[in-house]
Amino acid sequence: MTPMIEIAALWKVFGPRADRVVGTPLADLPRAELRARTGCLAAVRDVSFDVRPGEVFVVMGLSGSGKSTLVRCLTRLIEPTSGDISIGGESVRAMNPKRLRELRRRQVAMVFQHFGLLPHRSVLDNVAYGLEIQGRSRAERHRRAAETLALVGLQEHEHQYPDQLSGGMQQRVGLARALATDPEVLLFDEPFSALDPLIRRDMQDEVRRLHAEVGKTLVFITHDLAEALTLGDRIAVLRDGELVQVGTPEDLVGAPADSYVADFVRDVPRSDVLTLRWIMRDPAPGELCEDEPLSHRTVIRDAVHRVLRAERPIAVVDGTERLGVIDADQLLPALISHHRQVPV
Amino acid sequence: MTATVPPPPVLQPGGRVLGTALDPPAPSRRGRVRSRTVAAVLLVLTVAAYLLFRTDGAADSSDAASFRFFDSVRDWVDANRDTSPFFLYGFNYVRLGVRLLVDTVHGALTGLGFAGLVAAVTAIGAVLAGWRTGLLALGGFLAFGVLGLWEESVDTLVLTLSAVLLSVLIGVPLGILAARVRWVGATLRPVLDVMQIMPTFAYLAPMTLLFLIGEPAAVIATMIYAVPATIRITALGISEVPPTAVEAATALGSTRWQLLGKVRLPMARTTIALAVNQTIMLALSMVVITALIDAPGLGQNIVNALQRVNVGAAFDAGVAIVILAVVLDRITTGAARRTRLHRPARQRRTRWIVAGAALAGVVLIALVPVRETDLPAYSFAAPVNDLVGWIELHWYDVTEGLKNGISAGVLDPLETVLVTTPWWLFVAAVAAFGTLISGWRAALIAALAAAGPAALGLWQHSMQTLATVLVAIVITMAIGVAIGVFCARHDRLATGIRPLLDAAQTMPSFVYLLPAVALFGASRFTAIVAAVIFAVPPVVRLVERGLRDVPPTVVEAALSAGSTPRQLLWKVQLPMARGGLLLAANQGIVMVLAMVVVGGLVGAGALGYDVVAGFSQRELFGQGLAAGLAIVLLGILLDRLTQGFHHSKRPRG
Ligand SMILES: Nc1ncnc2c1ncn2[C@@H]1O[C@H](COP(=O)(O)OP(=O)(O)OP(=O)(O)O)[C@@H](O)[C@H]1O
Ligand SMILES: [Mg+2]
Repeated sequence: MTPMIEIAALWKVFGPRADRVVGTPLADLPRAELRARTGCLAAVRDVSFDVRPGEVFVVMGLSGSGKSTLVRCLTRLIEPTSGDISIGGESVRAMNPKRLRELRRRQVAMVFQHFGLLPHRSVLDNVAYGLEIQGRSRAERHRRAAETLALVGLQEHEHQYPDQLSGGMQQRVGLARALATDPEVLLFDEPFSALDPLIRRDMQDEVRRLHAEVGKTLVFITHDLAEALTLGDRIAVLRDGELVQVGTPEDLVGAPADSYVADFVRDVPRSDVLTLRWIMRDPAPGELCEDEPLSHRTVIRDAVHRVLRAERPIAVVDGTERLGVIDADQLLPALISHHRQVPV
Repeated sequence: MTATVPPPPVLQPGGRVLGTALDPPAPSRRGRVRSRTVAAVLLVLTVAAYLLFRTDGAADSSDAASFRFFDSVRDWVDANRDTSPFFLYGFNYVRLGVRLLVDTVHGALTGLGFAGLVAAVTAIGAVLAGWRTGLLALGGFLAFGVLGLWEESVDTLVLTLSAVLLSVLIGVPLGILAARVRWVGATLRPVLDVMQIMPTFAYLAPMTLLFLIGEPAAVIATMIYAVPATIRITALGISEVPPTAVEAATALGSTRWQLLGKVRLPMARTTIALAVNQTIMLALSMVVITALIDAPGLGQNIVNALQRVNVGAAFDAGVAIVILAVVLDRITTGAARRTRLHRPARQRRTRWIVAGAALAGVVLIALVPVRETDLPAYSFAAPVNDLVGWIELHWYDVTEGLKNGISAGVLDPLETVLVTTPWWLFVAAVAAFGTLISGWRAALIAALAAAGPAALGLWQHSMQTLATVLVAIVITMAIGVAIGVFCARHDRLATGIRPLLDAAQTMPSFVYLLPAVALFGASRFTAIVAAVIFAVPPVVRLVERGLRDVPPTVVEAALSAGSTPRQLLWKVQLPMARGGLLLAANQGIVMVLAMVVVGGLVGAGALGYDVVAGFSQRELFGQGLAAGLAIVLLGILLDRLTQGFHHSKRPRG
């Protein structure tokens, strides 16, 4: 399967004569030192990854780690300093302004942390904006906008103005606006961090539902680990502009690449994320097992009931192949301690 | 002459004028003490030098080299007006174009006839700003007829609208460019700075040189006077559009023009409407003054009456100007306010229907053969003159005492000192004190400007004007700070006084001469009084805002430490509001200068009179132009000297 988005050796350096940094010894300096020496700030450093079609790809990192810069580089809202980006197999950096506009109009849409709605337009006209600038007729764009508003549950509010809506509703409008042009890729830059926790959960459900319904490729920026874990098929962790680790939620929790990632995932309840594969042990010679084995993809928490009831250890299998066994001795530490380093 | 008045508060929430981003580090205590010593030493030195070197203050020659130079320029222009390519293909076409514009606007307005124009203005007021404003417009325009000033009012309106049209056509695009293209903004800023401190009079003579006297020169001078505000406020509106909205629209694939037309302009529309409002008010104020270069309208009545010191005759025209100002202001602020409302589509449709109906109504009413002469006539001339006579009779001792007291006690000695100061000592003093107050850069410009009057051969007149300005600014600050402090401490008073201040700021400067002349006749003191009335409102505003911007937490802390209200004021609020006070002083000075110059019409003499005489007497043209230049130089001098106030000594925190 060809990737939807491919990023190779992407750099973004802010500051005077930023183009003189990449490819020189300066590029190897840590961020702070580079800044002290040249006044340049490397917001994104040598980042490479692929996003598969239909995937939810989450980018995570602390504030200032370069997430927003990275996601804006994808459609050149911020011009990258060097590296390659291709979307749908076409190089974005080679596009002329006209082609780039086409890309933004039809293929890639974005949802912003601060919504970016136009206060002088009604909700319906906000959602129709993308179609309007493509030159679609009034009737067509209003019909399409109304459909998308229904999709996010705002059909009642078409004629209201953004400042008459709550934050959550405003972000639904932002979402509808992005969906209205029916793009292949949706980019989200911390879309829910300005919202209350309860509304945030609602919106996360909404995104999951929409993803299931319309099946787009999603790149989702967040600094909220819980959000990353619930939404992401894969998660990339950024630190000071550099990619530290890319992997499934399980990979991150079970095998953090370094102490930065480990710190991030420290408070995650392991039993909710890790599967049995991470805690099983080799069977002792001649050990007897329960009759019914468990799949190695079972999340720990779901296995608790059976393991604790069983008299004997339970086999962990991948199809028919037995990978190991598990009993209460392995299970309990993973359940009780969040902070213990899980053995790799 | 309200160019330096800060735009309405909406544009500067929370005292944004006094930004803190560029605050220099606070000078150490030692530094402050040292600069105080330096100032004292400088003062002593200056006084000693003055005593040693003072001159006998000879009167200005009427035949200075600069006058002859300007005369010869005029002669050259007169000789080549129809042959030089500059004129043939440049200025003359501009003049013709503007003449065409004025004639078109005039034709449109007079074509409606009396009834039609009254109906049209009423309808526009009602549709744009609500029926109350419509009624106000109706009453106001009928009043022009009642006062017997219909044609003059229409002439003034025509010139104002023409100048506003030009200002908006030129200013809005430039404002957009200034906000969007960095180098345009950077180039325009200093130019606009200088344009905004130029007193109105300074624009007139060069315009007559290039465009002859009459309507085109008046419209162009007005446009030049008003356009900086258009540019500034438009640029402000465009640059305040939230970047998040622009980014979101870009991310959806908007082109540059789509961004401008669908995002930036609509989101800045309230501010742009306010820019138009300010432009109209400034233009009206200037159009009245262009009566001096033969522009028709209400200004003519005032100038003629003032030159005869006949307050009653000027009063009607003054009332008409105020009415015109209020009506135009209400309509445009109302329209600006309405741009902020969201209307459901149905209501918007109703509005179109109403507008259509109003248009039909206007057309019908225009056919009604009512003329302004059919209205009952009334004039304030007789009662006002009676009142002035009564004041002269009964208050003579008071007004005369005040006038003579200040003239003899303060003005004359100050004037003598300034006039007898050798020019080089004046320049050196300006440079030295300027460096202390505003830094060497500003001081250098100020010193160059200070040398100008001597070079132009107008030393005596310049120093006389300067003395008047200094006395007026001291009085202005004393009154303005007192009222400002009062307003900041008594909310009820502040709310009561605010509409008064608002009204005062929309009034054309000429109008302020009338009460001053009524009380004090024609004299230098009259100009001081007019300048004080003119400049006090903005000073009150800035002082009050400065005081109110003192963080409440600080006030609370001082109160809980047991300060009395007086201690609170002197030890906490005033020192912390220093930025606001000094900004008020800067603004006040620029406005006072503008008004003192206009006072040349009513006996203040000196530079203002030179300028006016230059328009009317051919042989004085060169002197008039030189005087205009000297006024500009004085403006730059005063502004630069006090500019450092709000650049280097803003409130820290
Ligand atoms: N236009 C710019 N000019 C200079 N530096 C910038 C610019 N935009 C971002 N930066 C810097 O680049 C770094 C990364 O910024 P970025 O906004 O991408 O971080 P982020 O991960 O999105 O943070 P947050 O979670 O706070 O949104 C920051 O140090 C920021 O100061
Ligand atoms: Mg960000």
